[in-house]
Order: sequence, then structure tokens, then C-alpha cells
Amino acid sequence: MDERKLREVALTPDEYKVIVEQLKRAPNEVELGMLGVLWSEHCSYKSSKALLRRLPSSGAAVLQGPGENAGAVEIGEGWAVVFKIESHNHPSAIEPYQGAATGVGGIIRDVIAMGARPIALLDSLRFGPLPDSTRHFDGVVAGIGGYGNCIGIPTVGGEVYFEDCYASNPLVNAMCVGLVRTDQLVRARAEGAGNSLLLVGADTGRDGIHGASFASLELDENSSERRPAVQVGNPFLEKCLLEACMDLAHTDAVVAIQDLGAAGLTSAVAECAGRVPGAGAVIDVALVPRRERGMTPYDVMLSESQERMLVVVQRGREREVETIFHAWDLTSAVIGEVTDDGLLTVADGREQVARLPIRLLTEGVPVRRLVGFAPEPPFDLVVDALPPLADAGATLLKLLASPNLSSRRGIFRRYDHMVGDATVVPPGGDAAMLRVKGTRIGLAMTTDCNARYCHLDPHLGAQLAVAEAARNIVATGARPLAVTDCLNFANPDRPEVYWEMEETIAGLAYACRVLEVPIVSGNVSLYNDSGGESAIYPTPVVGMVGIIDDYGKRLGAGFRHDGDFVLLIGSSHNDLGGTEYLKVEHGYVAGRPPGLDLTREQAVNRLILAAAQSGYLHSAHDCAEGGMLVALAECCLLGGMGVRCPALRPEPPLRLDAAFFGESPSRYIVSVPSRAMPEVQSLARRHHVELSLLGLAGGDVLEFEGQLKLPLADLRDAWEVLVR
Amino acid sequence: MKFGVVVFPGTWSDRDCGWVVDQVVGAELTYLWHKDTDLKGCDCVILPGGFAYGDYLRTGAIARFAPLMEQIGEFADRGGLLWGICNGFQVLCEAGLLPGALIRNASLEYRCEWTSLLVERTDLPFTAKCADRDVLRIPISHGEGSYFADPATLSRLEQRGQVVFRYCDPSGRVVPAANPNGSMHNIAGIVNARGNVLGMMPHPERCAEAELGGTDGLKLFRSVADNALKVLVS
Repeated sequence: MDERKLREVALTPDEYKVIVEQLKRAPNEVELGMLGVLWSEHCSYKSSKALLRRLPSSGAAVLQGPGENAGAVEIGEGWAVVFKIESHNHPSAIEPYQGAATGVGGIIRDVIAMGARPIALLDSLRFGPLPDSTRHFDGVVAGIGGYGNCIGIPTVGGEVYFEDCYASNPLVNAMCVGLVRTDQLVRARAEGAGNSLLLVGADTGRDGIHGASFASLELDENSSERRPAVQVGNPFLEKCLLEACMDLAHTDAVVAIQDLGAAGLTSAVAECAGRVPGAGAVIDVALVPRRERGMTPYDVMLSESQERMLVVVQRGREREVETIFHAWDLTSAVIGEVTDDGLLTVADGREQVARLPIRLLTEGVPVRRLVGFAPEPPFDLVVDALPPLADAGATLLKLLASPNLSSRRGIFRRYDHMVGDATVVPPGGDAAMLRVKGTRIGLAMTTDCNARYCHLDPHLGAQLAVAEAARNIVATGARPLAVTDCLNFANPDRPEVYWEMEETIAGLAYACRVLEVPIVSGNVSLYNDSGGESAIYPTPVVGMVGIIDDYGKRLGAGFRHDGDFVLLIGSSHNDLGGTEYLKVEHGYVAGRPPGLDLTREQAVNRLILAAAQSGYLHSAHDCAEGGMLVALAECCLLGGMGVRCPALRPEPPLRLDAAFFGESPSRYIVSVPSRAMPEVQSLARRHHVELSLLGLAGGDVLEFEGQLKLPLADLRDAWEVLVR
Repeated sequence: MKFGVVVFPGTWSDRDCGWVVDQVVGAELTYLWHKDTDLKGCDCVILPGGFAYGDYLRTGAIARFAPLMEQIGEFADRGGLLWGICNGFQVLCEAGLLPGALIRNASLEYRCEWTSLLVERTDLPFTAKCADRDVLRIPISHGEGSYFADPATLSRLEQRGQVVFRYCDPSGRVVPAANPNGSMHNIAGIVNARGNVLGMMPHPERCAEAELGGTDGLKLFRSVADNALKVLVS
């Protein structure tokens, strides 16, 4: 076999050998293309599969774990929440607007395929520093808004960080959350030989051919030549597809729904059949509605045209289902049927063009045994060698204006975050919260990952990402429910990157076990690497959903009541390693990330939830990047109210810079009405959690007597640098 | 009293408007499908927000040709209450039921945020429950909400008092800084000369319950509901 030909479909000579052995013949060109996309890293997880098994995915409320289009968790009153996060990094690097837009479109379809109505979107983004990365940043933000705003699903949260390592490999991870009645949860299983395969939505064009293989290679100077591999989105069409799929709930003729994403029709049919032992499918590409002339069977099978769904319909009831789609002016066509021969047979009219065992397509790829090797540890930080803090106020202003900490209002006001009349905690605070209409249930949601920590210590960094997500949920008064993860790494063929993967996944698994949050869905994105120095930090983005039984008890982050006591909950240490303070004030990315004790973390979270449940708290905000003082400034800015504090005199060995700007985890800033102080103090004692009084809310300055005194207006000017 | 909420393909505020009418106000509700040719006896027809037909070509440009639009035009001519919100306002302008047009925001960016609106007419069925020169907090969510009209149209609107809502600061002053999209004369909503067709860019259906951040939008829905009751009684 010609090696160039193999490279074109991203298969190795060894993999080709396995194919020939299994088939006992050479595959033809169409078959080779189909195997190439399904055996790509993007679809097969051949480099990460072995590690992913270590992640905890079960729990009492879990209705659907990994392996389906999205995970599903029961939330009570007959409802389940369905969610998943997915990367669209490579397309966004090449064509930021369409790459991001179709990333959003794709994750929405995953949720629709479960029978759920999408209720919210979140986006976790990483770019190189501005202004050099403006093209990526503006294009991605516009693409997310362009798709989400048009389709009418609110974009309620997410995060964005700027680091040098993402300059040529930006990350775009999109998460979608949906709701479904538990008895109407749909699974993408092609059950019942003879049932029809209905292809619905957009016509099939040549766009996106080889997209999955493209996402499984390093980007290089020729990558822009791969632009035809980037798809183009049509949110209007997807809106119609969404509503039509919701209308399918009125009929019981539908057996399964499967989204067409990476690897298009090939993947959709193979996966749908692959979930049912012994099932197969026969399809005729001549029946596929097309956008352009002269498409070969190869083109049709590999096209990644967006806004398409595969629906398995009970035999004889096709008309009933097609009527629903036609009401929305959507094209649909019966393109084949389910069989029980375990084969995917593709015909072009009367001619058979491919015939492959389903198992070979979905599970045949040899798992890659990679070797991890710990790199030289990053250079250590000697905290004692750092000069003492000179001017806390000036440093605070500098940190608030740092691109990683500044206000995100300039971004989220470009997204419709209110449509649906359910957003009860808007973006800008810790987690967003949506109410489940018709109940008192609130769903909190967030995405988190400090990749700088992960770079310095992947195992600890991954734990910190889970803990941070949980704290964001808890700060709204909700309890963590479950996780979806998007694991972004560089080239795993390099031992130090594979080691990062091993460490990250072990850290995630550990933290999720201790905090009792199962991972119900996820995605891995590898090869975010342009060779050598430009490898991204390991970036395991944690998407978390939490629940509060009565959203009337939800908490905001801002100070709202004059005279409230402002408390710091949790203990502070000299945690300056990997902090934003160290980078912004001293120019280092170094040291060990802040130490984390997950048992203490649990105790602090339980205290916050108990206090919130009893109505003792007026606000709660997680201390994250920038430390206590940045968190305090955010509480002031979000509530439009200042705070007056006596001078901060930390007890040695705690340094003043660490007390203000250190990033010790498991800490919150809360505001408490004076009458509730005794109760909060006794709760803290009962949970063995440290509590310190910082000051009193009120006025329009942030002050630590003799140390800093800044009007809110100055803080806001610094903080809102992204708001033009 | 019966509200009809129009559903075009691509409409997304239909369910929010329906929620407020049905669950918050408690009035009778029906959805009107764009392919239908019957208004099902509605007293007030709402053209809700969204991207009807994807807003391809130009906002509202295709929606005006929907089969239902002919009935809606006749309904307005008969004096029926017609209320266009966001995309609905754009459709009303394209259909010639209101003057002017909505063009790209001055920032060239989509904007979803809270605005303050000065109410300049309280003698309308849509605003009867507002106080004189009331200031309402209602959010916007649009990329093309900058109101534009030629000078003659604009002065006619002003002379006849057809401007119903103007973007203002929280204290009610109509100032450039309070204009979120570059609308001429800070116009956020206008009414036809007869007073039965209202178009507005902000979304009152997003602020009819305290948990969503405010209840000022409810004043408008209640105004219509109670006014229609009066109409029925008389």
C-alpha cells in the first residue's frame, strides 16, 4: 500500500496491516476512507482509551454515563439534566468564526439526540496574548454568539484565559446543557432489524471531508490548505431541526436519534449500530440528498456537512415521522435500514461500494501503547526570595486589569444569556444558574481549569480544576451533581505529554471520587501542538452541573447589604506558586501550585451549603485566581458596594502578599447579616473550618486601613478593560 | 381576553411570551403558526423575538411574506392590538405596518444587557399601567436594533407623539450614553398613528418575574390584558 495514500486517510502501515488481516482482503478506497476517519484519534480515542477507563462514571442519579451522545443525570420531579462538552480546537485555529460556530452547533445536536431540549451553553476558551491573538479571539467570540444567539439558546457561562502556549493552538470547548423528562430520554441504539434509517436536515455537501483526521494531526504551516476541512454552520436550519426533534416526543415511532458530527454518516451509522450487539446497517448513498453534483460515494460517506441527524424509525411508520420534519420545511430521506448481520454495507444504487464489519469500524483500531516519562520539574519557587509587597493597592489594580482576571462583561453581553426566561443567576459571578420551569429546582453550571497549575503539576492541577468547579457551584448555594470533561493536550507521542495525560486523568479521577461527582460525558482533544515549543499546557476543562432544590435560596457573589459582616472562610497559606500575582507582578510561571486537601475542601463546601440553606448568607464568592483581595474586589464590583476593613496582619509564617494575593483553595468570601453571625460561627466550629472577619460591607471604597484605599470607580476602570 | 403568539421558523421568544401570558398573567394563549391563515379570534397578536427565517437577506425581510402576515395586516387595519417585540418590530417595519427600519448596532456587535426606558405615552392599551414618564428596566438582545428613519418620518413621529419608549439613564434622562445601539433620538419603541400597533426592541417578556431580575415588563402585559378586558365589557 502506498504510504502517501495511507497518510491521506491518517492511517499507519501497522493499522493497515490489521485491517487486511481482519478483512482477509485489501479494503477498497471507500472502505479505507471510512476506516481512516473512524480510526482517527478524534473518533477512536486510541491513545487515551486505556486511561479514560480510570475515570469514575457511576452514581445513584446517573441515568446515562459516557458512550452515548451525552450524559444524563436525574434531578427529581421527573426531570433529567443532559450535558456534554466537546472541543472544536483545530477548526477554530484555521477559521475562528466557523470553527467556533460549528462547535456550538455540534454540541447542541448531541443534547438534542438524547431527546432533551437544550437550555444553556457554556464555552471554555484559551488564546495567545492579545493583541496578537485578536483574530482568534474576536472570530471565536463572534462565532459563538452568531450561532447561539440565532438558535435561541442562552450562553450563560464559561471562561477565557490568555497564555503564550495557545498562540498557534487556541482552544474552543463548547458545553451544552439540556432537560428531558426521564421517561423520554432517547438513546442512539439502532435496535430492530428492518427499521428504517432516516437522514434529516441539511443536504450533504463536500464540506468537512476529513475533518476528524485533520483534528488528529499537529497543525503546521500547511494547515490553512486544509481549510476545506472546516465546516460552515447554519443556525437557522439547526433551530428548525431542534424544534422538529422536540416534536418527535409526540410519537413513539422513533427508535433512536444520532447526531452527525465528526466523520459524518460513516460515524453516525457505525456508532448507532455498534451500540447494539450484532446489529448492522445497509445504506444507499444514492438516496442521500445532496448539495452539489458529482459527489462520489466516498464524499458522501465522509462529508461533515452540519445540521444533519440520523433517526431510526419503526418500519412502516416513516411517513408519520417525516410529516413532523416536513412541517418545519426540513428535507428527510430514508437512506437504508437496520440489519442483524453486524456489517455496514454501503451501496450506490445497485452497486455495492463498501462492506465492513461494524466492530472493525468502531472497536477494531489497535489501542496505542504509549510511554509516559516525567519531564524535568519546572524550576522551583523560593517564596522567601520574593521581595515584600510594596503597594497592595497598585498591585490589585494591575491584577484586576490583567487579561486573565478582568471583567468578562465585554464578552458575555455579546451573547444572549437570557432567552428562555430561566436564567436566575446571570453570567459574571461564580456559576450561572437556570431554573427548571414549573418546579423550584435550580441548575448551577460552570466550566473551570487553571492550566498554569496543570502545567506545573498535572496531577494536582487536575484536582484543583475539579475543586474550583465545585466551589463555583457551591458559591451559588447549589450542590455539585456531575461532571463533563474536555481533555486538551499536545502531541501524546511525546513521552512528557503522555505523562501529563496519565497524571491529569489520575488527578481528575481522584478528585471526582472524593468530591463524589461522577464524570458522565466528555471528549479528548490531542495534537494541540505545532511541534516543539508551541505545545499547549495540559488543559483538562471541567464542566460541572449542580442542583439546588429551591432556587429561591440561591446566592449571588456581590455585596448588597450595608453593614453586613464580610468574612473569609477557609485557611490561607503561602500559596504563591503558579499564581497570577507571581506572573503579573514578578514575571514568573513557577513553583508548585497551591496545595489542596480534598477532605478540607468538602468540609468548607458543606459549611457554605448548610449556611446558605439556613438563610444565614447574603452572598458567597469563591477565592480563585488573584487570591482573596481580587475576590473581595469582585464582590464589591458585582454588588456595587464597598467594604471597610482594618489592616490585615497575617500571623507568621503567612506573608502579607500571600494573604492578599495567594491562591490557597477551599476559601470563600461571604457576607453575613449581623444577626446571623453567631450561627455562622458555630457552624464553622462544627465543620472545623477557619473563619476570619475581614470588615463591614458599605460605602463606595475598598479599604484596608493604612494598606490600601480605592474607590469602586477606580476598581471598575481597571477591571473593565475588555469592555469598550 | 386572548393573546396569540406568532411562530415563524427561527422565532425563539415565542415560548417566553407564551410563558408570561399563560403562567404569569394568566390570560388565554394560543400559538399562531406562520403557515396558518387564521388568527383564531385573538384580541392581541404578538410578533415575538428571534431570527425569523434566519433573518437571512435582512432582518424581517422574508417573514413579511409569510401566509399569516396578510391576516395580521388586516387585523391591524381593523384596530386589533398588534405588538412586535425585537424581531417582531423588525418584521413590522419590513411589512410597512410601522415606519422606519432597524439597522446594525452602532457598536457592530450583538448586545444583550439591561436598559432603562422612558415611557412617553401612557394613553395606549400597551402602557396604560405605567406612570406618567415612568422609567422601566427592560433588557435588550439584538444585533440590529438601531432605529433609523428619514428626517421627514422622524419629525412626523415626534410631532404626533408616536415615540413610546426612549433609552434613558436610570434617572430618566435621555442622554447619548444611555443609547445602547445608536438609535436615532434614542428611540426604543414606536406606535402607529392609530395607537394599536406597537414595535419595541427591548424584551418585556424577560422581566415579568422578580427572579429574572425585574418585573417592569409585566406592566406592559397587564396593561394589554386589562385593557382588552375593558374592550370586551364595553
